[in-house]
Amino acid sequence: MSVAPTRVVGTPADRLEGRDKVQGEATYAYEYEVEHVAYATPVVSTIAKGRIRSIDSSAALAADGVIAVLTWENAPKLPKAEGELAILQSPQVSYRGQIVGAVVAESYEAARHAELLVRFEYDVEEHDVELRADHPTLYKPGKVNPEFPTDTEEGDVERALEEAAHAIDETYTTPTEHNNAMEPHATIAIWDGPSLTLYDSNQGAHAHRETFAKTFDMPPEQVRVIARHVGGGFGSKGTPRPHAVLAALAARHVERPVKLAVTRQQMFTLTGYRTPTIQRLRLGCDERGMLTAIAHDVVEQTSTVDEFAEQTAVVTRMLYASPNRRTTHRLARLDVPTPSWMRAPGECPGMYALESAMDELAIAAGIDPIELRIRNDPEIDPESGNRFSTRNLVACLREGADRFGWKPGSRRNGRTLAGLGVAASTYPARRRPSQAHARRNGDGTFTMRVGAVDIGTGARTVLAQIAADELAVELDRIHIEIGDSAFGSAPVAGGSAGASSWGTAVVRACRLLRAGDEDEVHVDTSDSADAEEPLAKHGFGAIFVEAHVDVDTAEVRVARALGVFGVGRILNPKTARSQLIGGMTMGIGMALMEETRVDGRLGAFVDQDLAMYHVPVNADVLDVDATWIDEDDPHINPMGAKGIGEIGIVGTAAAVANAVHDATGVRVRDLPITPDKLVGRI
Amino acid sequence: MEPFTYRRASSTEDALATHGSATRGAKFLGGGTNLVDLMRLGVETPSELVDVSRLECSIDAGEDGGLRIGAGVRNSELAADRRVRSRYPALAQALLAGASGQLRNLATTGGNLLQRTRCPYFQDVTKPCNKREPGSGCPAREGEHRNLAIVGHSEHCVATHPSDMAVALAAFDAVVHTSRRAIPLVDFHRLPEDEPWRDTVLEPDELIVAVEVPPLAVAARSTYRKVRERASFAFALVSVAAAYDGNDIRIAFGGLAHKPWRAFAAEEAIRSGASFRDAAEAELEQAKPLRDNAYKVELAARTLVRALEELS
Ligand SMILES: Cc1cc2nc3c(=O)[nH]c(=O)nc-3n(C[C@H](O)[C@H](O)[C@H](O)COP(=O)(O)OP(=O)(O)OC[C@H]3O[C@@H](n4cnc5c(N)ncnc54)[C@H](O)[C@@H]3O)c2cc1C
Ligand code: SF4
Repeated sequence: MSVAPTRVVGTPADRLEGRDKVQGEATYAYEYEVEHVAYATPVVSTIAKGRIRSIDSSAALAADGVIAVLTWENAPKLPKAEGELAILQSPQVSYRGQIVGAVVAESYEAARHAELLVRFEYDVEEHDVELRADHPTLYKPGKVNPEFPTDTEEGDVERALEEAAHAIDETYTTPTEHNNAMEPHATIAIWDGPSLTLYDSNQGAHAHRETFAKTFDMPPEQVRVIARHVGGGFGSKGTPRPHAVLAALAARHVERPVKLAVTRQQMFTLTGYRTPTIQRLRLGCDERGMLTAIAHDVVEQTSTVDEFAEQTAVVTRMLYASPNRRTTHRLARLDVPTPSWMRAPGECPGMYALESAMDELAIAAGIDPIELRIRNDPEIDPESGNRFSTRNLVACLREGADRFGWKPGSRRNGRTLAGLGVAASTYPARRRPSQAHARRNGDGTFTMRVGAVDIGTGARTVLAQIAADELAVELDRIHIEIGDSAFGSAPVAGGSAGASSWGTAVVRACRLLRAGDEDEVHVDTSDSADAEEPLAKHGFGAIFVEAHVDVDTAEVRVARALGVFGVGRILNPKTARSQLIGGMTMGIGMALMEETRVDGRLGAFVDQDLAMYHVPVNADVLDVDATWIDEDDPHINPMGAKGIGEIGIVGTAAAVANAVHDATGVRVRDLPITPDKLVGRI
Repeated sequence: MEPFTYRRASSTEDALATHGSATRGAKFLGGGTNLVDLMRLGVETPSELVDVSRLECSIDAGEDGGLRIGAGVRNSELAADRRVRSRYPALAQALLAGASGQLRNLATTGGNLLQRTRCPYFQDVTKPCNKREPGSGCPAREGEHRNLAIVGHSEHCVATHPSDMAVALAAFDAVVHTSRRAIPLVDFHRLPEDEPWRDTVLEPDELIVAVEVPPLAVAARSTYRKVRERASFAFALVSVAAAYDGNDIRIAFGGLAHKPWRAFAAEEAIRSGASFRDAAEAELEQAKPLRDNAYKVELAARTLVRALEELS
């Protein structure tokens, strides 16, 4: 089986909404004009653990323009709400920055002003927010995100390590990281009798509808979620966040529509983050470099409110084969906000550690790191025993080595040391059930309706391209409507599965439309999604980095980065390249600067804005490029495509760390690699 | 944010006139790039803003060959000034190393000198901080202080002054002219001692009118080196403004203290023939690094040596 030739798919079509966005005409959640709207602002806890003893709202209520103050004492009850969403339901405080109230006012400014006037007194309890490898609360979760076994074990790792010709045993750590999409989370909640409409900045209108219906104990049909334009999410908008529940609670309480925008500072506690990780990697190989032992033991955190167990070592189960293998995940329950999805949860921190360890093993064994990976490239998925649908890691490594000019070894140019690093990248290729609706308009145009959300990826454009090919018309004949739970159910823009899932439904709808004489068709792929033959389905890639390190100041700059990917058919090279280099850029940030520092005494995150929490700026992105090899994988979806939203970030941090080591001989195993960790050691 | 009134002053006298009458105190407003942010955070709560950004907006040649920079001169304009670029290159470089293009277009000379620390605790009103709330404590001492001071700090405050421009000005013997007096820049900013809430010696109702940079031959051979983990748009971990022509020498550090740190000891050592490294160590001998910022001692020494080597 192979994939049909295409005409519009595969061309670098501009984003359909690009002009609207540039001209400020794309309406984002907060910008809808709603009559008689009130403004809510969250009031958040200033302690990390304890109980609210008393609340004094009088000064806030007396302030100009204030309509109401909501706290647990007067908020509507939500008996069905769970975890982070059960806000204002009890006096318990479980982390610093948790929502403990809301001010609703006639203007945003009045609400922000009064927010500071609500007085809380707490019975403070001792908190613990610091993750340690020997934390006394460490436990084994029942599964890791979303449904993977917590631990795996095969053979005898300890013995294999003892007998290995070469072995390494190192611990790598990654800090707390925050997603920080450009558009902060925002919600407008409108009650109309028993029905709730939400304009919300999120990654999945239907997933949000379901959770809201459950939280407010109402039928899903009575909830409508609209997310037409979303300014980034990186996972933080994948699950409903507490502020959106607060907006709906406040709207019900004041019986008016309510607007709520999360501030950048509040994004550090209310909208999820990547757990810090402590990862012990042990690898052993024989004289030829064939892996004989792989052990990946992970310690990370969750909250006391909910459990989120990042699947950090899961990727290690499938990347390389070895007769003796073991992976474990342990969690500490801390008095912190619950960690959540951040671009490539699991794969991203896990591959930083695994691919750093592979580099260390290559050096220990005296084998080129690319060669080591090629030698250990498995025929079948070591975990499931299934064949790979396609696995082109070796081709990516070879192609990249060639294009990049792979010649590791430190070079000195004046006061700068240069070195090269490489790492593999991988990400699951998924498809989820989705519905789609197609209509022939009679004037030569067609309207597609999909419940998809375009979080800035270009999904809208790519779906229209797919439809244009299937209907054999030009792109401008396709009207596409997305981002509305009133359309047929569609999965979240996450797990790099959006285009794959929605696109399959679009293909089916278009084919049905062409085949029959109906002018309107509706399809549902839930009968077929992911139900086919047992194959291991993943995208692969290789990331190459040239790092420059100043010998005096220990500043690290990524002079060049190249990613070569085997990710199936590329639907739109322009938006695809943006996703891939965007992911790689985020990986450079992870390697060199991203970190939310924690104050154990105050039980607080110290960094709360983008002046302190650094992500790369243009000057850090000197020469970042992505390319792909020809790959056509008919097993995932009819387009032959794999997801590309996350694979760019996955191997990048390891490639940077490996390049820094190549340049300096210093191995920093604690991200980010900042000057304080290198100065004086070069 | 607290409600406030806004007024644009028509002259220095006008700016000073109503200043005392405000209920929660008035504040002068430059470009607002720091003050307005802090008002949004609830850190600053003036009841009145007196906009002085359009009062003193020229860069004039002094009679003696120096420059008189009006307090309202924008950072971008100062950095682009041909006299600054040729006679005081480290000043232009320092300005361009600070913030971003958009911010520099707004930021004024007066406001830049008075920008407040970037200690993260200071910016969060829900956390203790002696600088913001006298007597509430200094969580940075035992908490997060990797980017805070190694010299001149006190048990009450370990913050650093974030300005790049001020470091170059400190090296070049600049003088701050206010509505009342002239203050050498090296004496303008304070060490925290037991009054960390006072960043400078300026009184609340004292207006900066201009900054004077005297003629200084060695300044023509000067450089500014700022160290940071991100290539742009980041405050300094450590910075150095140095002027050296093999004979005369000026050195100031940024990122090390509650004020731009003029390195008199290092200058003296070089004048008496010490190596660059020894001179750096002579200055940094007095460093008292905290638990997590000892790296700054080595980083400062290396950055200084590097800057001087480049000038030699
Ligand atoms: C994200 C970000 C990054 C930055 N990065 C850097 C950096 O890397 N390096 C750097 O040096 N700076 C940096 N800055 C700070 C920037 O340089 C300052 O905000 C700016 O210089 C302040 O000038 P302003 O005119 O806007 O001051 P304002 O915000 O208007 O005022 C600051 C203070 O000065 C007072 N004031 C203003 N003018 C006078 C006057 N004439 N007399 C008396 N008092 C006066 C005000 O009352 C206020 O207290 C950054 C700022 C931001 C937001
Ligand atoms: S160092 Fe100074 S500014 Fe920072 S917390 Fe301590 S007192 Fe406040």
